[in-house]
Amino acid sequence: MKTIKFLSMAVLAGSILASCSSDDEAPEEINEEETITTMTVTLIPDGGGTTITLQSQDLDGDGPNAPEVTVSGDLAASTTYNGSIVLLNETETPAEDITEEVAEEDDEHQFFFVTTGNIASVTYSDEDGDGNPVGITFALTTGDAGNATIAVTLRHEPKKPNDGTLGDAGGETDITQTFNLTVN
Amino acid sequence: MKTWIFISMFALLPLAGFGQTCESTLTGRVTDYHSRTPLKDATLLLIGPNIEVNTNAKGDYSISKICNGSYQLEVSHPECSTVIVDIVVSGNQNFDVTLEHHLEELEEVNVVGQTVRDKTNSALEEQLKLETIETYSAGTLGDALKELSGVSSINTGANIVKPSIHGLNGSRVLILNDGVRMQDMEWGDEHAPNIDINSAGAISVVKGAAALQYGGDAIGGTIVMEQARIPQNDTIYGKTLINGVSNGRGGNITSELTKSFGEGWFVKAQASFKRLGDHEAPDYILSNTGVQEIGATIQGGRHQFTSGWDIRYSYFTSEIAILRASHIGNVDDLIRSINNGQPEVIRPFTYDLQNPRQDVTHHLAKFKYYKRFEGLGKWNLQYDFQNNRRFEFDVRRGELDGTASIDLELTTHTLSTDFKWDAKEDYQLHVGLMGRYQENFPNPATGVRRLIPDYEKFDFGVFALGEYQLSDMLLLEAGLRYDFNRIDAQKFYQTSRWEERGYDEDFQDLIVEDRGTSLLVNPVFNYHNISATIGGNFQFESGAQLKFNYALAQRAPNPSELFSDGLHHSAARIELGDLRNESETSHKISAAFSKDFDHWGFAFEPYANWIQNFILLEPTGVEFTIRGAFPVWEYRQTDARLFGSDVSAYVNWSDKWKTDHQFSIVKGKDLDANSALINIPAANTRNSINYSVPEWKNFQVSLESQYVFRQNEVPDNITVFSPEQQQDVLLEINTAPDAYHLLGLHTQMEFPLGKNKTLTTSLAINNLLDTNYREYLNRQRFFADDLGRNILLQLKFNY
Repeated sequence: MKTIKFLSMAVLAGSILASCSSDDEAPEEINEEETITTMTVTLIPDGGGTTITLQSQDLDGDGPNAPEVTVSGDLAASTTYNGSIVLLNETETPAEDITEEVAEEDDEHQFFFVTTGNIASVTYSDEDGDGNPVGITFALTTGDAGNATIAVTLRHEPKKPNDGTLGDAGGETDITQTFNLTVN
Repeated sequence: MKTWIFISMFALLPLAGFGQTCESTLTGRVTDYHSRTPLKDATLLLIGPNIEVNTNAKGDYSISKICNGSYQLEVSHPECSTVIVDIVVSGNQNFDVTLEHHLEELEEVNVVGQTVRDKTNSALEEQLKLETIETYSAGTLGDALKELSGVSSINTGANIVKPSIHGLNGSRVLILNDGVRMQDMEWGDEHAPNIDINSAGAISVVKGAAALQYGGDAIGGTIVMEQARIPQNDTIYGKTLINGVSNGRGGNITSELTKSFGEGWFVKAQASFKRLGDHEAPDYILSNTGVQEIGATIQGGRHQFTSGWDIRYSYFTSEIAILRASHIGNVDDLIRSINNGQPEVIRPFTYDLQNPRQDVTHHLAKFKYYKRFEGLGKWNLQYDFQNNRRFEFDVRRGELDGTASIDLELTTHTLSTDFKWDAKEDYQLHVGLMGRYQENFPNPATGVRRLIPDYEKFDFGVFALGEYQLSDMLLLEAGLRYDFNRIDAQKFYQTSRWEERGYDEDFQDLIVEDRGTSLLVNPVFNYHNISATIGGNFQFESGAQLKFNYALAQRAPNPSELFSDGLHHSAARIELGDLRNESETSHKISAAFSKDFDHWGFAFEPYANWIQNFILLEPTGVEFTIRGAFPVWEYRQTDARLFGSDVSAYVNWSDKWKTDHQFSIVKGKDLDANSALINIPAANTRNSINYSVPEWKNFQVSLESQYVFRQNEVPDNITVFSPEQQQDVLLEINTAPDAYHLLGLHTQMEFPLGKNKTLTTSLAINNLLDTNYREYLNRQRFFADDLGRNILLQLKFNY
C-alpha cells in the first residue's frame, strides 16, 4: 500500500516535470559570415579590347546546388590581361566583400592558377608584407588560338613561400573553380 | 530517540544500583529483515555481563537472570551482518531483532571496489576493478574499457576515445555515471564521454541491452560506473595518484578524501587535473594534440540500512586540441592527405592548445533517497540534472578565429524511481519509472549554420524485471520495458537542401515560415519503443557456468541522425541526417560458457545481433561547392547483422607465473546492400605473461602483446571528381590500414608507510618498440600515424 502511494507520488512528479510548457519562440536565423558565394575574375586586356569576366556563383553555399559557372566571352590570342579577383558573400544583404578580408590577411592566403592549353603564362602582380605573392591581382598572357582552362584556387594558411604548386603549398582550400576558355 | 534512551538510562541507573532486580528475563525472536523468516543459530551477546545464547530452530532466544539496566546487545548470524542494539531491561520483557542477510548490501569497511554486483544474471558482463582503473588514471575511460574483451573504441586522436561494445558505439552505448545516465551529446563520433575516469570506483560493462533498468535503447551495451561503498563507522581515508607521461610530456594528479562520521553520515571529495602537450608518433610530432582536463566531485549524505540519502555534484571540463593536419578544406585536400603518408603540418612540440579544438564542460548534480520496507524491499527516488556545453573551434578567417563554430548547450532533468521486491529467497521483482526533459540550445553567435538544431525532448520509461531461482542450479530472469520519446525541434533548412532531400514531398506541413532561400520548420516526432529480455544462468555441478540471453531493444534516432545538415568543418564532409529515420530494432542472442580448472580456466562468449533499420553514417558521394568537392556522408537505414565471439583464458603455470589470453572478433554485414558494415573493429588478440612475487613488496611485472588484424571487410571506396586533377579519382576513404603488433610492459611494487598508509609505484611502457601503425577505428588515420612509445610513471599514496 505504502509502495503504491510512493509510486503514484513519483508518477505525479514525473508528469509535472513533463508538462513544463515549451516556449515556441522561433530561433534566430544564422547568416553564414564566412561563406564565399561568388568569385568574379575580371580580365582587362592591356591596351584595350573586350573585358572578360569569369564567374562562379554558389548562392546556397554548402547546400546541394553546384556553383554556376559563367564566362562572358572568348579571350584574344597573344594578349596580356590584367586580372583581378573579387570574392563576395551574397547570402548577406548588401553582399559582403570577402576580398578585403583576404587582403588584410594576405600572409595567410594565396591564390594559385593552374592552366592548361593555350595560356602562355600567369604571373602575380601583388605581394604580401613578406614579399610573397598573393594573387588578388595578376597578369595573364594568352598564347595562340585554341582551347584553354584555368583553375583558380584560394588556399588558407598555405606554406609561404612555396614553389607555386598546390601540392607544395598545402593549407586548406577556401575556393577552387576551373573555367573552360576559348582563345581566339 | 537517543535522548530518550539516554534519559531512561539515567532513570534506571538507581534501580540497577539496588541490585535487587537481577531476576529479569529477556526473550525474543530473531528474524530475517526481508522475508521475516526466523533465523536459527543466531548468537546474542549481552555486553557487560557477557551472557551468550543462541536461537533455536524457531529463531527464539531467552536470556535469564539479568539485572535491570541498560545494555548493548550484539546479535550475529553466520549469513548476516552483526548488529549492536541498545536495550533497556526493566523486568521480564520481549525484544525481537531483525537481521539483514543480503551480504552484498553490507556497509562494512570493505576493500574498495570489490563489492560490485552483476547488473544482470544472464547477459555477457564484465567488470573493471579499481586496480585496473588506476593504471589508466592518466588516460581516458575508453582506454581503460579496452581491457575488456569485446570492447573497442572509436577514436579521434588519442584524447577522444568513444567506447564501442561488440562493434557498436555512440547512442547505442549507455553510460551510467553513479546512477545517472550521461547526456553529453554522445551522438557525434568526435564527442568523448565527459567523465573523469578517476571518479569511478568500479566499472561494469553489460554487453547488450539486457540491463533494462538503465534504458531500453542500449543496443550496443551499458557501461555502469559506480562509487566505492563508504563505511558506516567514524573514519577518514584517501588516496592521491600522480602520473608522469612521456608522450605528451605531461601528466596528471588526482586525489580523493572520504570522511565518514558513523551512523551513516559521510562526505567525500575528489579532484583531478591533467595536462599534456602535443603527442608524438614514432617519426614526428602530432602537432596540436594536447589536452587539459579538470574534474571535481563532491558528495555527502547519510546511508543507513533502512533508509538514506545522498547528494552529489560533479564537474568536468576538457579542452582538447585536434590534430592540425586533420583540418582540411575539400576533397582534394583529403586525397592529398591520404596519399602523402605523413601529416601536412608538423611543427615543433608545444603545450599550446590551438584551433581546431574542443572545449567541453559538463555539470552533473544528483539527489537520491532510498528506503527499505521490512518484508518487502527497497525503494529509490532520484533526481538528476545535467548541463553540457560544447564549443568546437575551427581554423577560421580573421576575427572569427576566436569564435566557436559549434556552440551547443544541452540541459537535462531526470526524475526516476524504482522499487525492488527482494523479500523472497526464490524470486525478485524490480519495477521503475523514469521521466526526462531535455533542451538543446545551439548558440547563433557562431555565425555558422547549426549542425544540431534547437530542440526539446521528452522521454518517459517504465520497466519491470524479475528473476526466479528455479533450482539451486538454474536462475531465470526476464524483463520488459516501454519507452516513449518525443522530439520537438525548430530548424532552418536551406530551401535547396529541403528539396534535394525530397522533404517538400513528405514534410511540407512542417514548414512554419518560408524566408525565401531558407525555411523554418518544426518537426515533432514521437517514438514508442519496446525492449525486453529473457535469459538464464545455469551452474553445473562441475563448477562450469552457462549464461544465455535474448534481448530485444529499440532505439529512437538521435538528433544527429535526424537533423544533421551541412558541412562538418572539422571532418571536411557534408553530413546529412534524414527526417524519415525510424527506431532501430535489435534482436541479440548471446551465450557465455565458462569453466575453471585447477590451474587454468576459460570463457567462451558467442553472440549474434540482428538489427532492423540500423542507422549508419557512410560516404555516399560528393557535392560541389565553390570551395571544391566535399564527400557527402549520409545517414541511412538498413538491416544489419553482427556475429561475434570473445574468447578468454588464463593459465597459472606456477604461483609466480601466469598468462592471460584474449581474442575477439566481430563481423558486421549490411544485409540490404550485401556489403560489409563500416567501423567494425578488426579481430584482435591480447596475450600477456605475468610474474609476481608478493614477498618482494608485492612485485609484479607483465609483458603484453596486442595484435590487431587488418580489417578486410569494409564498404567499397567511392569515386569522386577531383577539380584539381580534372578527373575521377578513387577516394580510399574506407580502406583499412595494415595489421599491427604492439608490446607493452607494466611493473609495480608496494611499500607500506606505517599504519594504513601505502605507497605504490608503477612503471608502464606502451608501444615498447615504438612501432609505426594506424588504427582503422581512429578517424585521424588518414592524416597521421598513431602514438609512439609512451612511458608512464605512477605514484600512488593510500592513506
